[in-house]
Amino acid sequence: MLILKLLFRNAFRNKLRTGLTFLGISIAILSFGLLRTVISAWYAGVDASSATRLITRNSISLVFPLPLSYKDRIRQTSGVKSVSYGTWFGGIYIEEKNFFPNLGVEPETFLDLYPEFVLQPEEREALLKDRKGFMAGRKLVEKYGWKRGDIVTLRGTFFPGNWDFVLRAVYRGKDETTDETQFLFHWDYLNETLKKTTAHPWADHVGYYIIGVTRPELASEVSSVIDSGFKNSLAETLTETEKAFQQSFVAMSGAIITAIQLVSMVVIVIILAVVANTMVMTTRERIGEYAVLKTLGFTGRHIAALVFGESLVITLIGCLLGMALTFPAAEAFSKSVGSYFPTFTIEPSTLYLDVAAGLVVAFAAAVIPCRRAIRLPIAEGLRRIG
Amino acid sequence: MALPLSYNFRNLWTRRLTTVLTVSGMALVVFVFAAILMLANGLQKTLVETGSYDNIVVLRKGSGSEIVSGVSRDQASVVETQPEIATGSSGQKLLAKEIVVLINIPKKGTLKPSNVIVRGIEENSLLLRPQLRLVEGRLPRTGSLEVMVGSSLVKRFHNMRIDEALCCGMGDWRIVGIFDAGNTGFSSEIWGDVDQLMPAFRRPAYSSIIFRLRDSSEFRGLKDRLESDPRLTVEGKRETRYYEEQSEMMATFLRILGISITVIFSLGAIIGAMVTMYSAVANRTAEIGTLRALGYQRRSILTAFLVESLLLGFLGGLAGLFFASFMQLFTISTMNFQTFSELAFSFSITFEIVYQALLFSLVMGLVGGVLPAIRASRMNIVDALRSS
Repeated sequence: MLILKLLFRNAFRNKLRTGLTFLGISIAILSFGLLRTVISAWYAGVDASSATRLITRNSISLVFPLPLSYKDRIRQTSGVKSVSYGTWFGGIYIEEKNFFPNLGVEPETFLDLYPEFVLQPEEREALLKDRKGFMAGRKLVEKYGWKRGDIVTLRGTFFPGNWDFVLRAVYRGKDETTDETQFLFHWDYLNETLKKTTAHPWADHVGYYIIGVTRPELASEVSSVIDSGFKNSLAETLTETEKAFQQSFVAMSGAIITAIQLVSMVVIVIILAVVANTMVMTTRERIGEYAVLKTLGFTGRHIAALVFGESLVITLIGCLLGMALTFPAAEAFSKSVGSYFPTFTIEPSTLYLDVAAGLVVAFAAAVIPCRRAIRLPIAEGLRRIG
Repeated sequence: MALPLSYNFRNLWTRRLTTVLTVSGMALVVFVFAAILMLANGLQKTLVETGSYDNIVVLRKGSGSEIVSGVSRDQASVVETQPEIATGSSGQKLLAKEIVVLINIPKKGTLKPSNVIVRGIEENSLLLRPQLRLVEGRLPRTGSLEVMVGSSLVKRFHNMRIDEALCCGMGDWRIVGIFDAGNTGFSSEIWGDVDQLMPAFRRPAYSSIIFRLRDSSEFRGLKDRLESDPRLTVEGKRETRYYEEQSEMMATFLRILGISITVIFSLGAIIGAMVTMYSAVANRTAEIGTLRALGYQRRSILTAFLVESLLLGFLGGLAGLFFASFMQLFTISTMNFQTFSELAFSFSITFEIVYQALLFSLVMGLVGGVLPAIRASRMNIVDALRSS
């Protein structure tokens, strides 16, 4: 207990310096936490995917469609419970910077396959009845201030023209990882309009199929049966689990994620420099004291414990402060750039990493000053001034 | 009277370890700052260099990018008859109708698939892109299932060699050539005959029409005429402008990310400088008293400490830029959000970035040093001399 008191007294001897160091550490831990959260937000789609869902798409790439006629053939495959389908619409709401995912889906089967999209029963009814209706996530609706019954117009990029939709339902996510920024409308509406106007190559074609399998263990078997069934056809398929599908998007921007990870390491090194600097200065000032302690019979080990302990006290207090600040900061951050990251929550692993980073910094920063203090010859230490 | 500059250098030298730690903290911040600006700049440079000012891209109205655009054959032939199009050496119009599709190809090493642009070209396409140069093999023959690939793809994707086959869309495409288009987006593309690619990928319409203007000043008039023609639903852009738009979203994202990260990081470095300077002041109290007693004014003391802290910042800036300039050797290949396809680009430094980074590091030094310097200059001579 006494030693703890001594450590605290020592740490707070130079209040200004310690205060500044606290501030530095907490800022570093805060930005480390935010950067880690940005990375995990990138993987949110992967985490939210279910093991019982498969995605079938055209094997060339996502910009090629699959014929609607594949639906019944897929459904006949053993192990398949239900099949839904959809098309990435890619429409723009007023301006390009208002980005949110907008997809044409078959709502009835879609809602069965995605139980994490929670709707009121009467809203579900209203959505299914109105072919021009759409449902949107709670966050999206709040952001643009839409109300039920409002008409929302999207400007098509791949599907030309202006498209009107009526808000019929607002869904909530079952848990925090569910994306509440999606805009989902009737695929039939899209298809009928395409057929009515020109011979669009996507008429009677869908972007992807979502397949619910009866048991997760069947996933790989079902995928290979489906893909081999469409081998050498006009549109060959590629079926993978929803997780793998989402992962492929993350992998494409892998270089950026690596860059953010590197940068989050850099901030730890920066803070290491700051704390190490503080410890160097602290020990330099106390060289005379250490000499006195040595004269009294305390060994190098005792002095090492004092230096390491002080570094630990300073770093951990700063670290806790930073961790506490991460929560309101993440809240503010997700409000300002929410449209890029549908979910933005701090994971427990980030907090563990915060503490680990703090411990590493505390020890690494104390190494050089500690060595200096231990090696100090008593006579020289006593002789030294300032 | 001002204190000599050597006084500041000697002070920094006496506390070498502290100086090194402070400078390295600042250097890291400047490094991150410069590296991210270099990345955004490299991306923009790559895409802007892809276009030529006198080339015009015609896309379907509102599509914004070649990937989602579609121009039907009859509309294409209307565009083809415009008089403003330049003529080539053999009397042909310098115009190419192209298609652009994305295909999935596994990357080297991880074998994870990524999207790559396949461009269907006509003979004129090569005349319109003079920066393109064949480095190995030969050009694909018209009317055959042959393609050539960009040099950036060869380094990053699996099995990108001459005589290898790419499979996609009903048939195998034999790679017969490798081309290099310098530091442009074309180096990340695969090129083949448009009349073979269209049926193979079952695309009834072209993606875009590219042509050279006879006279650069005729752009306005031609654009207005094309866009108001009732037979057409197209828009025309200068190629430079088109590619600039393709880089906008990603470059803005990188800049915002970079600047917000470095602003937060710089707070850490400023605090580092403050800690150093405050203790420099505290350690030298007696010294400051002596200087004042010798007749140096408060202003000189203030300047001396500010100069010292600016020096710290400047050293940090130089070190950060030194390491950041090595980043030019690296090439990054990632997905451009806007085109949804893989693009290779490198870090690229400009005089503006050097100047901004140095300014940034000096500001860090100044902000970190100003409070300690004020404290030093306010010291009372007698009290300062009395302290040991």
